This record gives sequence, C-alpha cells and structure tokens, in this order.
Amino acid sequence: MADLKQLVLGRKDVQDFGDTEAEMPHDLMTINMGPSHPAMHGTVRIVLTVDGERIVRSDVQPGYLHRCFEKEVEHATYTQAFPYTDRLNYVSPMINNCGWAMAVEKLMGLTHRIPKRAEYIRVIASEMSRMTDHLTCIGASAMELGAFGPFLFFLKAREWFYELLEKVSGARLTHTYVRVGGVGKDLPDNFAPELIALLDKTEPIIVEVETLLLNNKIFRDRVAGVGAMSAETAIRTGCGGPILRACGVDYDVRKDFPYSVYPEVEFDVPVGTTGDCYDRYLVRLEELRQCIRILRQCLRQIPDGPVMVDDHRVALPPKRDTYNTIESMIRHFKHIVDGIKVPAGEAYTFVEGGNGELGFFIAADGTGRPYKAYVRSPSFVHLSTASALIHDHLIADVVPIFGMINMIGGECDK
Amino acid sequence: MSQKVLDALTAALPHAVDRTESSHGDEVAWIKRESLVQVATYLRDDPAMLFCSPVFCTCIDRLDWHPVKVNSMDPPPPKAWTEDQPRFEVCYQLRSIKHRTRIRLKIAVPEHDPRCPSLSELWAAFNWQERETFDMYGIRFDGHPDLRRIYLYEEFVGYPLRKDYPKEKRQPLVRRDDLPINPLKRDGSEGL
Repeated sequence: MADLKQLVLGRKDVQDFGDTEAEMPHDLMTINMGPSHPAMHGTVRIVLTVDGERIVRSDVQPGYLHRCFEKEVEHATYTQAFPYTDRLNYVSPMINNCGWAMAVEKLMGLTHRIPKRAEYIRVIASEMSRMTDHLTCIGASAMELGAFGPFLFFLKAREWFYELLEKVSGARLTHTYVRVGGVGKDLPDNFAPELIALLDKTEPIIVEVETLLLNNKIFRDRVAGVGAMSAETAIRTGCGGPILRACGVDYDVRKDFPYSVYPEVEFDVPVGTTGDCYDRYLVRLEELRQCIRILRQCLRQIPDGPVMVDDHRVALPPKRDTYNTIESMIRHFKHIVDGIKVPAGEAYTFVEGGNGELGFFIAADGTGRPYKAYVRSPSFVHLSTASALIHDHLIADVVPIFGMINMIGGECDK
Repeated sequence: MSQKVLDALTAALPHAVDRTESSHGDEVAWIKRESLVQVATYLRDDPAMLFCSPVFCTCIDRLDWHPVKVNSMDPPPPKAWTEDQPRFEVCYQLRSIKHRTRIRLKIAVPEHDPRCPSLSELWAAFNWQERETFDMYGIRFDGHPDLRRIYLYEEFVGYPLRKDYPKEKRQPLVRRDDLPINPLKRDGSEGL
C-alpha cells in the first residue's frame, strides 16, 4: 500500500497524508458546469455545490441562447413568424411550424376547414420530425455515456430523414414549410416510395441500437435508477411527453386532445414504470416504432386534393394570376406586406412536441401582427425540474439526466 | 364542456371571481388579486376540479391595445386600453390530467403596483415561469422564494417584453459589483 501511494503521489512524502477519512477535505465545493460543456447538449450553466462527488445544491441557469423570440414575433407578421418557430426546437422544426399554424387558425376559425391532404402532410412531417428528435436524443445521450456506435447509427438515420425533409421543404433544418391554412407546397414526386424505403432502412437500425444498449451493462448502470421521478411529481411540475409517460402516466396530447388527423391513425402510447432515465430511453425507443407505424398508415390513407384552404384571407393568389392580373397582384402585395389579418381575441393551442406539450398563446388585435405571442416550451418546464432531479446524485449522473431531459437550447431559452 | 368548471368555480368562491368568459374554446376566469392563492388551492385540491398540473404563466401588457375590425361586417372589436384600466394581465393556465379540462386564470395588475401573489408554492413549475414573467414584464410575485432574472443578466435595465421597451434598444453588458450575481453568495457561502 505504501509503495502504491508512493507511486501515485510521486515525490511527495507518504507521511504527509493520512489514511483516515477525517483528513479528507470536508468543505463543500462550488463548481461550474457549462455553459459550454462537452458532455452536455445545449448551452446551460449549472452552478453545483458538491460534497466530494455528491451534489448537495445546484442552480441551473438557462438563457444563453435567448434570442427574443416573443419580441421578434410581436413585430413580425403571422407568416413571418414561421422561420422564428423553426429555430425554437431546431431538432424537430416541423412540429413547431404546425403548432404556430394551428394557433393562428384557431383564432381565425379555420381549424376544421384545412384540407385533408394538408392535414396528412402535416402529420407526416411532424412524425418525421419527432423521429429526428428521438434519434438525436437517444444517440447523443448514448454517446455522452461512452457508447459511440449508437450515436453514429442514429445520426446516419437522422440524416436520411433530414435529406427527405429537405426534398419536401427546400431546407435541411429550418423548414418553414407549414403555412396558415395548409402547407407551403405539395409533397414532391416519388415521396411515398422514398419514405417507405427510408422507414424500411431505419427499422433494422433501431433494432441494432437496441441490441447495443438494451442489456449493455455499462449503459444500464449509468441510467437505471438515475434521476427517477414519481408520477405525482411529474404531474405537479407540469412535465409532459416522454418524461411524463416514463413515470407511468398515460398522457399524450395526440390521444387526449386529438388534433389534425391523429384520430384517423392507430398508434399506441408507451408508458414506463419507474420514471428513471432508463425508462425515458425505453419510451423514446418505442415511440420511434410508433412513429413509423403512423407514417406507414398516413402514406396509405393520404388523399389527393389541395394543400391550402380556399380562403382569400390566408391563401396567396396563384402565381400565374399574380403576374397577370392587377387585383391578384394587389392582394399578393397586401398579403405579404400587411400580413394575414387575424380577428381580435386570444387563444392557446398545444400540440405534442418531441419533448412534451408545445403550446402557443397568441393575443391578436385585428392587425397583421400578433399583439402578444408566447410559446410554452416543454424544455423550459422540464429543465426547471433538473435541479431537484440531480440533487444527491453524483456529478457523473448529471450527464445522463440532462441527456434524457433532452433540453433543446433554442426552445428552452426562446 | 368546461363551462361547468367555470360555473362551479363561481358558485364555490363567488367573492373571488370577477367574471368568467370563454374565448375560442378556452375557459377564462378573472380572479381578484388578493384571492388568487385561495382560488388556486381550491382548483388544485377539490376533487371535482383537480387541476393538478400547471401549463404556463405569462403576462399581457395592454399599453398599445387598440384592436381594430378586420372586415366592416364584423362585430365591433373589444375596447381599447385606457389609462384608468389596469395595464397588465397575468395569466395562469392549468390543466387537469384526470378530467381532461383546462382553465386560464387572469389577474389584473395595475402599472403603479405591479405585484401578484406567487403560485410557486402550490405548483413547483411556476417557480421558473414566474421568474420568466418577472424578467420580461417586471411583475413582482409576492411569496416567490427566489425571484431573480432567468434569461437576462442581472445588470439588465428594464423589462424587454413591455410595450414601451423599444425593440431596437441595445444594452451593453456592464458589470456591477453591487449586485448579488451569484445566488449562492446570499447564503453566506462562497461565491464563484
């Protein structure tokens, strides 16, 4: 033992150090994790007070990615807000697009007039986005725990989805595809066979990653029993999405407050039992499979037809008319410059985002710009529970807990 | 469906509820400021209500509120804001997982006294949401355990989402030593 100590301590004298625990430093230490930390996704700063390796107090400080979403949107037209929503949850932008469009449609009374095809396209785009969200979350969390393989497999699959979404919308990440009253343009030719081929390629990858992680002792030791939350706490703290479902609460906005064409497709809502990081991982993995199920059904059921509601208040005139008739050109101009006129009123609309209930609260005053816009971002709500979750855990446990909370900086910090 | 909730609330606590309304299917109850905690406790614990889960807390600044008609055929728009009315409206949205209902509580807050009771003791999630509302609108939540800015830095002057805060305004970050930047310092322990 003395030789070993000599070896470790180098030139220092063995006699300088005692063997007893009493001589270990016993004060609390304050350390800083983030805002830019290689093992955390997102820019968030945590001021940790630790007793050895154990966290006794923590202060989570978001805000490093605050880009004034709400102030910017108050000064933009309703259509100009779509690019801003892309940048909220930049891992699943389509869902944000849909949420914003639905909020404006609710204020205009258009909710039940959206063409069926547009609704199906929105659901397809949303579910593809949900898949990219879960693929990123699981892949990145696994990588942070040392499993680099799953990260590469899932990011490869995610890239396929991004490529297909790029074909649909023209942009890899910031799609701005959905419009108030429908979607910007129809799906490209050959979309359905490409998506089916993509889903066929993705299914074995999910199995592959599952076999790599499911009974992997290192992975299980790091996540099982870590960061557990009871169902009651999860409800009281406003959690939603996979985090709430991992606690055993059967709550999914798509089922409980059905919107769009979700009632027409069949899917299951996976729930966990213990609410720890392992259950969150399992719920997300199962949701990937349910997304594939929804996508396959949508491709079978999607009807033909227009992708924009026939309502001059929200739909642009056809390009051909804009160039050839003065009335259409004026309408086009007014539509772009003044924006969509939304009657005065206020409404809150929510959808099931990748991480939980994503809501938009808009107060309109009859002009083309929202008087007030508020986004209820699930990441912000989930991150507010982080301080309680990491309490009494080791510093190393912060990484899986934050990974499975899946805080997206853009959405959390607005 | 949820009109029942509003009726039950008005019947149970008639002195606390100013009025109720429904906008685009969202149930809204205007609550007297001093009764907010009582109403919230009732909504959370009464078995017929069970609004166990918080959704969001935010505020509306009515300073520039001049609603206009979209079409000439439309009904007249709501009244514009005048100086004698309270400037801020604090909104709390609650949901009931069991009954699948939602309700929005609104509290009128005047400009000269921007205070509101805090609900963070009842629902922990409102801790951060109220900090955000304080950060953006300057509403002070009485009874909040840790009311400090959350997105912006401590040195920031003003409240950016208020309507009288210009969008183009720039504020260089100037460090001030008199501010308790690190909350841990307040406990007497070492700061960073």
